[in-house]
Amino acid sequence: MTEAPKRKRLWLSTVMVVMLLGAACGQEAGDTPGGGTTATDEGDTIKVGLLHSLSGTMAISEVTVRDAELLAIEQINAKGGVLGKQIEPIEEDGASDWPTFAEKAQKLISVDNVAAVFGGWTSASRKAMLPVFEKNKALLWYPVQYEGLEQSPYIFYTGATTNQQIVPGLDYLKSQGKKKIFLVGSDYVFPRTANKEIKAYAEANDMQIVGEEYIPLGNQEVATLVNKVVAAQPDAIFNTLNGDTNTAFFKEYKTKGIAPETVPIVSVSVAEEEVRAIGPEFLAGHLVAWNYYQTTDTPENTAFVAAFKDKYGDDKVTSDPMEAGYVAVNLWAAAVEKAGTTEVEAVKEAAAGIEFDAPEGKVTIDGPTQHIYKTARIGLIGADGLITQISGSEGPIAPDPYLKSYDWAEGLS
Amino acid sequence: MDAFLGQVFTGLSVGSVLILIALGLTFTFGQMGVINMAHGEFIMAGAYTAYMLQDLMGGGVSLLVALPVAFFIAGAMGLLLELVLIRRLYGRPLDTLLVTWGVSLMLQQLARDIFGAPNVQVRAPGWLGGSLHVAGASFSISRIFIMGLVVVCVVGIWLFLTKLPQGARMRAVMQNRQLASCSGLKTHSIDRLTFFIGSGLAGIAGVALTLLGSTGPTLGTNYIVDAFLVVVVGGLGQLKGAVIAAIGLGLLNSFVEYGTSASLAKVVVFVAIVGFLQVRPQGLFVLKSRGLA
Amino acid sequence: MGGGLTPWKRRAIFLAVGFVFIVVAPAALSTFRLALLGKYLCFAIIAVGIDLAWGYGGMLTIGQGLFFGLGGYSMGMFLKLQEAGPGNLPDFMTWSGVEALPAMWKPFSNPVVALTGAVLIPMTVAAALGALIFRRRVRGAYFAILTQALTLAFAILLVGQQGITGGTNGLTNVTTFMGYDLNDPINQRSLYVLIVLCLGAVYLLARQVVESRYGRVLMAVRDREDRVRFLGYNPTTIKIIAFSISAGMAGLAGALFVPVVGIISPALVGIVPSIEMVIWVALGGRGTLIGAVVGALLVNYAKTTLSEAYPSGWLYFQGLLFVVVMAFAPKGVAGLWKMYNERFRRPKSAASEPVGHGAEALDVPV
Repeated sequence: MTEAPKRKRLWLSTVMVVMLLGAACGQEAGDTPGGGTTATDEGDTIKVGLLHSLSGTMAISEVTVRDAELLAIEQINAKGGVLGKQIEPIEEDGASDWPTFAEKAQKLISVDNVAAVFGGWTSASRKAMLPVFEKNKALLWYPVQYEGLEQSPYIFYTGATTNQQIVPGLDYLKSQGKKKIFLVGSDYVFPRTANKEIKAYAEANDMQIVGEEYIPLGNQEVATLVNKVVAAQPDAIFNTLNGDTNTAFFKEYKTKGIAPETVPIVSVSVAEEEVRAIGPEFLAGHLVAWNYYQTTDTPENTAFVAAFKDKYGDDKVTSDPMEAGYVAVNLWAAAVEKAGTTEVEAVKEAAAGIEFDAPEGKVTIDGPTQHIYKTARIGLIGADGLITQISGSEGPIAPDPYLKSYDWAEGLS
Repeated sequence: MDAFLGQVFTGLSVGSVLILIALGLTFTFGQMGVINMAHGEFIMAGAYTAYMLQDLMGGGVSLLVALPVAFFIAGAMGLLLELVLIRRLYGRPLDTLLVTWGVSLMLQQLARDIFGAPNVQVRAPGWLGGSLHVAGASFSISRIFIMGLVVVCVVGIWLFLTKLPQGARMRAVMQNRQLASCSGLKTHSIDRLTFFIGSGLAGIAGVALTLLGSTGPTLGTNYIVDAFLVVVVGGLGQLKGAVIAAIGLGLLNSFVEYGTSASLAKVVVFVAIVGFLQVRPQGLFVLKSRGLA
Repeated sequence: MGGGLTPWKRRAIFLAVGFVFIVVAPAALSTFRLALLGKYLCFAIIAVGIDLAWGYGGMLTIGQGLFFGLGGYSMGMFLKLQEAGPGNLPDFMTWSGVEALPAMWKPFSNPVVALTGAVLIPMTVAAALGALIFRRRVRGAYFAILTQALTLAFAILLVGQQGITGGTNGLTNVTTFMGYDLNDPINQRSLYVLIVLCLGAVYLLARQVVESRYGRVLMAVRDREDRVRFLGYNPTTIKIIAFSISAGMAGLAGALFVPVVGIISPALVGIVPSIEMVIWVALGGRGTLIGAVVGALLVNYAKTTLSEAYPSGWLYFQGLLFVVVMAFAPKGVAGLWKMYNERFRRPKSAASEPVGHGAEALDVPV
């Protein structure tokens, strides 16, 4: 506090100017007092919201999904748009913070009057947004695999639900004669709920859960966790870790010198993008369960991968959640075309039964659950970082978010 | 028994990384009363240095080269921070906390803009892969390497503080700034040296951490609070205190985590620290001077 | 300004500001923006508390997120139980595999327990913590680091106990409040008015505290703890009281925040939000109370608008805000206002007042 007064005044005025600038940025056109209700069909474009984390820990994953959604929008616009209008994406940043997701969703709905929002990654962000969409009777298209046990009338789920990803993964382990399973996961709703389901499955299928451990999101110190895993001597490890922890976990696991052929790790949140980030040398030989891989052999996928690399660069990879985001935009556009309007209830009604030849193969919207039919695929991670399918379901599996068709799942929901 | 050995090893390993990080903090805190929340971003800078050198030189030797380079880059960043901002804030420790927090936010976003939001990967040279198997327990070679590195750094700092004239001056300023200044020491240039060395050690810690996990913009934030707890427990400006406190916290954490869960372990460690401060509010070792805290 | 305005003028300004917030704002803003303003005002309540502890008491608390969280979770638990109805479990417990209502939740089905708990639990925790920390004369930076670590531990604990606390998700999908539908704009407006009234009350209470004899001793402890001790006061008790009041305010803010925003989660109580709370006060000008309110409103408004306009720019801006304010204008907006007044309007005004006195533009005596 000993600076000369003159200098201090200079800085003080800087502060003021900065703040005035901040205030000036706050003026916006679309915000009508008293809750304006402009119909979204008016005007030359149809606005949609893209709400993903562009900053924070989840940005790693979510930015790629946003890119895939933008690609889909661009392709649809190039073909003349929807209902003869161009789609105008409005991006917001969820900042890896769940309450921010809820706030930004509300903003997209009430200030921008978007026709639909594509967004979210973590289950926590979806759970935070859910009441906002139900309250405003607006549509959210959620493009990531999740833990099931949910069915909001205002959300369309284009990622896998449990019986399209985790259950096939467990079936595969069972077919390989794996009896003792160790569960590791990040400490949040998806791993905990998924593991609850896995435990029920194990009990009914003569499998034994030899350990269940959770690590706080973003934590990179996993030596103790890996010690516990090794001490339990499992036949296989079911991994629901998310984000950065995976890197530390796979590195530490590799130092233990256990061959992936003897004790494989099955991951459900590690896709091509993450493989590249972690380093294929730590992952080669381990397994993943998804519905789509970059190597999936369909003509639509060849075109999708080419278009994606063309737009974002040759070094980019495509992954399951990206594909699901791409599919979400296309399904929404098809539903709007069929309904002839962007009005939410009409779109919901029109959506049932809509089919789309997606990169993963044919997908169909299941009307009652608002999930989609998806093909389950078990993949083997290669030393080149790409994932090849080693087992898969015969054709798309009907979504069953509450696992009603499984006896062992009774009492879960 | 092997589980016990494994946890001792894990605790030592976690503790040794904390030592590197906490040393810089305890010196800047003890000597200048600066709570540097941007210290975590020097760790990040060290890790990214290793990443860039790997791109330039290829794997293998790059890691060894990265250690001194990271020390200088992180040290230079610390020096810059001292020259531009901290200098104005001496005697206001609480304000330095908030200012450096702001710096830390900006550096993180800067890293995100330069290197991209996804974490990047530093490939460890082959000789650091795998484990040593002794008495039924396995010890990861990269963790052994990190411990060795920390021992070298701690011994180096100790020699510097006790044998070299610059080190003696640093201790003098830490113990009594006014008296040191009256005796003709240029306290400001000594402050800068302290800042440089402290930040440089964080850079080395960053390189070490690339062996264990991935490198991302928020790498440092995961460690900064733990490192501050080490400083509080060890006592301000205490080399010995920081080493003992870091190892102690590492061991406590690893055993509690083995018995319970990762999240519960953090809480238990915190409760233990509050309890400890009831007994020794100034930390393990007390510097005989008029404290800033 | 100290002596600049007559008591009547101060009261008039206070009432005028109240009128703007209670009558003008609801008429001029959309429901969405009004809810945002309500959220900012909740934050302003926290800021007043921080100013009391930090600006007047010299205790830099980075644990305010903890107390905010305790208040928010108390209210959230009550609202979730109301929504579930008697005998039913809140939604997240079902999907977390919890079969019976945890004992910890049971008292919170009672509105009186939940509402008073939202304020009293943070106060008690703060008092207990203060007793442990201050008794051993741990202060200054040590206190800041400890509160910070405590906040982190609390957030981790919340995340780790998903069955009881909702984990990372926190408590979401809060849609009714004492039987009123929170989606109804009329109810949202009433809730907003309630928040304005609470903020007014909290402000007046804090002003009362700092202008009392106790307030002066508190400032003396901030400036020279040893001398106060020599004079026969017990600084421990004095600091515990201020810390505890400030925690109660944060708890109240948490309780009001939940029905407005509809969510309380560990992301809102960790270290990052706790430090952000401190910067609101620093920007507004610590030791002025009104500065805390202004700072909380300004920073949060800037956050909303800037993060809408440039998502990644917000972090730079926020970082810069910390640096510029703390390094170059530690007295914040209130300091600017005071300087402006001294220089251009009242050259005769007495200078050399330490931080914590005067400088209030909207100074209201009660």
